Amino acid sequence: MPSITFEGNTYQCQPAESVLDILLRHKVEAAFSCRAGSCQTCLLHCLEGEVQAAAQKDLKPALKDLNYFLACQCIPQGDLQIAAPTAADVYSQARLTEKIQLSATVWRLRLMPEQSLLFQAGQFLNVRSPQGWVRSYSLANLPASDQGLELHVRVLPQGKMSHWLTADCGAGEMLEISTAHGHCIYTAGEPQQPLLLVATGTGLAPIVGILRAALAQGHSGPVRLYHGVREAADLYLHKTLQALAGEYANLHYYGCVSGADTAGIEPGQDTQPGRAADLAFQHQPDLKGSRVYLCGSPEMVKQVRTRAYLAGASMADILVDAFTCAAPAPAPLQETVSL
Amino acid sequence: MVMSPQGKGKAMSGLFEKLGGEAAVNAAVDIFYRKVLSDDSINGFFETTDMEAQHAKQKAFLTMAFGGPNSYTGKDMRTAHAPLVAKGLNEAHFNAVAGHLQATLEELNVPANLVDEVMSIAGSTKSDILGL
Repeated sequence: MPSITFEGNTYQCQPAESVLDILLRHKVEAAFSCRAGSCQTCLLHCLEGEVQAAAQKDLKPALKDLNYFLACQCIPQGDLQIAAPTAADVYSQARLTEKIQLSATVWRLRLMPEQSLLFQAGQFLNVRSPQGWVRSYSLANLPASDQGLELHVRVLPQGKMSHWLTADCGAGEMLEISTAHGHCIYTAGEPQQPLLLVATGTGLAPIVGILRAALAQGHSGPVRLYHGVREAADLYLHKTLQALAGEYANLHYYGCVSGADTAGIEPGQDTQPGRAADLAFQHQPDLKGSRVYLCGSPEMVKQVRTRAYLAGASMADILVDAFTCAAPAPAPLQETVSL
Repeated sequence: MVMSPQGKGKAMSGLFEKLGGEAAVNAAVDIFYRKVLSDDSINGFFETTDMEAQHAKQKAFLTMAFGGPNSYTGKDMRTAHAPLVAKGLNEAHFNAVAGHLQATLEELNVPANLVDEVMSIAGSTKSDILGL
């Protein structure tokens, strides 16, 4: 079996074990989140040895050339010498300029990158705090030089990053950000196609980004947006989205409250009791020809993706972004909460 | 040289062109995989956490069945399906999938003689898929 050398220590690999699993098994504090090769949180630098193409999927060409790879996707085929990413290769600086509380648990943060950053609304990037914590956040705004980057941060009870960002990190503070990535974005070319947007929790951030892109590019087909939350108070952009729906005749917005306490909620134009996806399929059982965007918890995304496909949406027209909460590790581990 | 399982690579690429090539596969795969996933007698074998990857596998299978360029070998198919055979995959399941393939082709108005050719390639994979 090959071995890997990281920060002066050499670890023996087990069959079919990823670099991330090897490090975690040896209690190395390696950053990671989705374990599925999409969030790029576990990015590492290969100094010697070869990493397979699958472990470099979707990396920027410059990072590929430098032999960066995703630890969760890399099964060593030979000995590897690896190192933590060099900050200058991966991160650039951004200043926190605005922090606004939108609900009991959700904050809107605005970051101004020092150098202009190429991105599309709905993509995500990784933010690194001075403590070295790395988390992925989606971009809710359209690219415009004065807008910076709009992130929605939900404070989780065990989330050290979300606590730090919302409680301790003040306006003016510098953070490190990666480049933006992800394929869950609005693509022009079929302005009349019906759009179904389903978000749970702060999955609304990329969904709002996609919505803004669609409206800005003159999408003329019907756009239905369902935001699913537990309590009505969690509909953190309710008024904004209501106003937007008032402005665009083809936009329909539904705040969907799934918690037990729906007594005060009258099924009305904008707020409905029930799960977001259930209401969406109730309103529109046939999705043939529709384009579907799903952002939120992995369970919701997985279930609704299958339902949307069986309801007639073609696979290429279903775009998803699941929260990349750190999945449970095989070995007992430190804190594993993100977003 | 890519070969379809029964080794008639060249003749089969003629079939692939007659069917309409990759565009035909793209048109068929959504319909086919939807039928498979909607069939409770077999969808347990197709459930996956990664639906996109599963969809891509169906596309590779259809490309092969359409006589298109593929790198399938009998051994690969045998190895890949062994865990499903262990879970009870049998001839009835194979026939159900084949039925969905045929229905997909008919839905797309593929001429009967070409449907027969596709079904014959698909049928030739049976012993490898079922580990017979």
